[in-house]
Amino acid sequence: MMGSIDPILLIASLMVASTPILLAAIGELVVEKAGVLNLGVEGMMIVGAIAGFAMAVESGSPLMGFLGAAVAGAALSLIFAFLTQVLLSNQVATGLALTLFGIGFSALIGQGYTGVRPPPTPKMDFGPLSDIPVIGPMLLRHDPMVYVSILIIAAVWAFLKFTRAGLVLRAVGESHDAAHALGYKVVRLRVLAIAFGGACAGLGGAYLSLVRVPQWTEGMTAGAGWIALAIVVFASWRPWRVLAGAYLFGGVTVLQLNLQAAGVAIPVQYLSMAPYLITILVLVLISADRRRAAQNAPASLGRVFHASS
Amino acid sequence: MTGTETAQLLTIRGLTKAYPGVVANSDVSFSVAPGEVHALLGENGAGKSTLVKAIYGLVRPDSGEMRMRGEPYAPTEPRAARAAGVAMVFQHFSLFEALNVAENVALGMEHPPRQRELAAKIRAVSEAYGLPLDPSRLVGDLSAGERQRVEIIRCLLQDPKLLIMDEPTSVLTPQEVEILFATLRQLSAEGTAILYISHKLEEIRSLCDSATILRRGKVVATCTPREVSARDLAEMMVGTALTPPARAPRTDWAGAPALEVTGLSVASPMPFGTSLKGIGFTVARGEVLGIAGVAGNGQDELLLALSGELKSAPGMVRAAGVDLGDKGPNDRRRAGFVVAPEERLGHAAAPGMSLVENALLSGWVRMGLVRRGFIDWAATRHFAEGVVKEYDVRTPGTHVAARALSGGNLQKFVIGRELSQEPAVIVINQPTWGVDASAAASIRQVILDRAAAGAAVVVISQDLDELMEIADRFAALNEGRLSAPRPVQGLTMEQVGLMMGGAHGMHVPEAGAADVLHAEAADAEA
Repeated sequence: MMGSIDPILLIASLMVASTPILLAAIGELVVEKAGVLNLGVEGMMIVGAIAGFAMAVESGSPLMGFLGAAVAGAALSLIFAFLTQVLLSNQVATGLALTLFGIGFSALIGQGYTGVRPPPTPKMDFGPLSDIPVIGPMLLRHDPMVYVSILIIAAVWAFLKFTRAGLVLRAVGESHDAAHALGYKVVRLRVLAIAFGGACAGLGGAYLSLVRVPQWTEGMTAGAGWIALAIVVFASWRPWRVLAGAYLFGGVTVLQLNLQAAGVAIPVQYLSMAPYLITILVLVLISADRRRAAQNAPASLGRVFHASS
Repeated sequence: MTGTETAQLLTIRGLTKAYPGVVANSDVSFSVAPGEVHALLGENGAGKSTLVKAIYGLVRPDSGEMRMRGEPYAPTEPRAARAAGVAMVFQHFSLFEALNVAENVALGMEHPPRQRELAAKIRAVSEAYGLPLDPSRLVGDLSAGERQRVEIIRCLLQDPKLLIMDEPTSVLTPQEVEILFATLRQLSAEGTAILYISHKLEEIRSLCDSATILRRGKVVATCTPREVSARDLAEMMVGTALTPPARAPRTDWAGAPALEVTGLSVASPMPFGTSLKGIGFTVARGEVLGIAGVAGNGQDELLLALSGELKSAPGMVRAAGVDLGDKGPNDRRRAGFVVAPEERLGHAAAPGMSLVENALLSGWVRMGLVRRGFIDWAATRHFAEGVVKEYDVRTPGTHVAARALSGGNLQKFVIGRELSQEPAVIVINQPTWGVDASAAASIRQVILDRAAAGAAVVVISQDLDELMEIADRFAALNEGRLSAPRPVQGLTMEQVGLMMGGAHGMHVPEAGAADVLHAEAADAEA
């Protein structure tokens, strides 16, 4: 029975299944490293999904779709940025409102797009490399966004670790009062981080509607944004662990779908639960050392910054 | 090299800055010459911090003029101030605990070299100036004194013309203060002007060439500190003469020690906290035990372990022979404990709740303010009003929120609330932190009065003068360990410093320190 599951195909499809969450999570990681908690990831994803879908259908180009999704996600996040950074509203409440708004708003624009097929996103062609047995079909025959998402992870990691701007971003997330006292522009930097997070969430949403599914249905993100938020926390705010967490979640999702198809004698409900349970469990175990996890957590996360002096 | 009238480094004329409801600086004028060590002396709230924030570009003055070497100087942000050669060592809020020393230094520089070069430079310069630092350590793991070295080195690497130091010695042992002063004198000899902010009179007398004294935002006097007595300085600063607290003669109370702590070891609940290691002491009735120590050596944890917020093993804490080691706060209150933590807003008092509600929160156990699960508001109000009256808390009434009170008044309320519960054991952390001199004096007096009435008192404080004034015996916390308590009478500052851990690796700056700094700077530019 297990023999009917092809490991090569499994890994190939887990990369596709994980990419939306990966994109949303790495964006949120940057936002949280800057000390802002944006719970609107789900809302920004689904707005990205419909905006990207509509752009791609109207223009006929998936690339335009992804660009539009990034812009739409960033635009939505800027509402959040304005409310929390300028008007100093509560980040938790504002983020939740953003999610509710995004779900409703996407359903409104998406009315005319149900049942439409988007233009197909072409696969990358690495020439003869894609024909290498095992590795070729497993890793080198995906669409460009899979590789872009991994590049973003690498770029964020290098940015936070090696660049001065990354150091300032971490400093702002660690103590906005100290950063302000040294003369860094806390609000400006946070707005930029929030916009980056929005753009990434938008890309993740568009990947769902243009590649993974690919079509538009209402509420199609189905909690992916929340899983992305959880992965950021349990990955202790480390980019490569976000990748591991997202791929783990995608892997278990694909595996349980395969098991369902293979007719394993486990109730479907348990299988559907499995990705959530296993991902959280594994990440909790990884981040079990509370002292170290606390050190990596941005100390100013979610706190309102008000320049008093 | 001392400046003449024409060659001042920084001149300030008529600087005024008002916030809603309070004038922080009113028509302040003074000047600093190159190489001069200039003191800004004043109580909490006298406007010292606002003034230096204006010089560092964090606050824009409403009116007035600043000149740097004769040129108009009006920094709009710290970057501009740094470019003009101004560097500042902050009292709070300027280090990042989760980042390492080199990263913290880089954040305070305009054009930091690459991390590896910067690390080597930090090592060399800190060693030369007698403030050794390991660039790769996380700042969160450093002691308060080491954190301050990070700030000083960060400033030195910018080669400042004017170094501003905001209360730098509050986190140092007496030995470390001596070494810091040697470093500052050397910097001053090299031509760096130092603006030194403090309310510690003896320090200013031994270090500073001149002093500007601020009271309620105004310059009230200018003097040469060496030529006036500490008492005169204090009177200029406070505006009235202060009387030291009076102590009643000790009564000898019979019976078991009121508080007995043996082998107290608990892990810290805070991410960068200090765990307590085998702490032991006893306090008799009527006795005040003073516990000193540089911030972050386990003071907060000791308070939590004594209040019961942090539970310890059975037998570690006893009151009058009764074991309370594994009991929580309410059981300990019933046994006669009262506790006043350092953090007034958020720990000692709930900021958004009224004084009546705050009185209930800690007073209900001992004062019988709750009957069968229902609050007796009349009795609670009566209790709160009694505290306000007896301890001279200035407030429009007991209905106002705790956060609306000034620091000194809220502290009087918190201390009064605890002391009026007829306690057997009193534990107070930083009783007069951020409180003006007259309120501090009255708080010290009521603590002594309670001791005279038979309570055992533990005062944890970073203010050595305060401990010397009110304690009978003295002990010091160092990295979570407590030194053996000794009688205060006959204790010298040097002994006190050694109990606090001595110089912690600091040493007197080398003669060629400036060469190291500048050689390194030249290398970095090349």
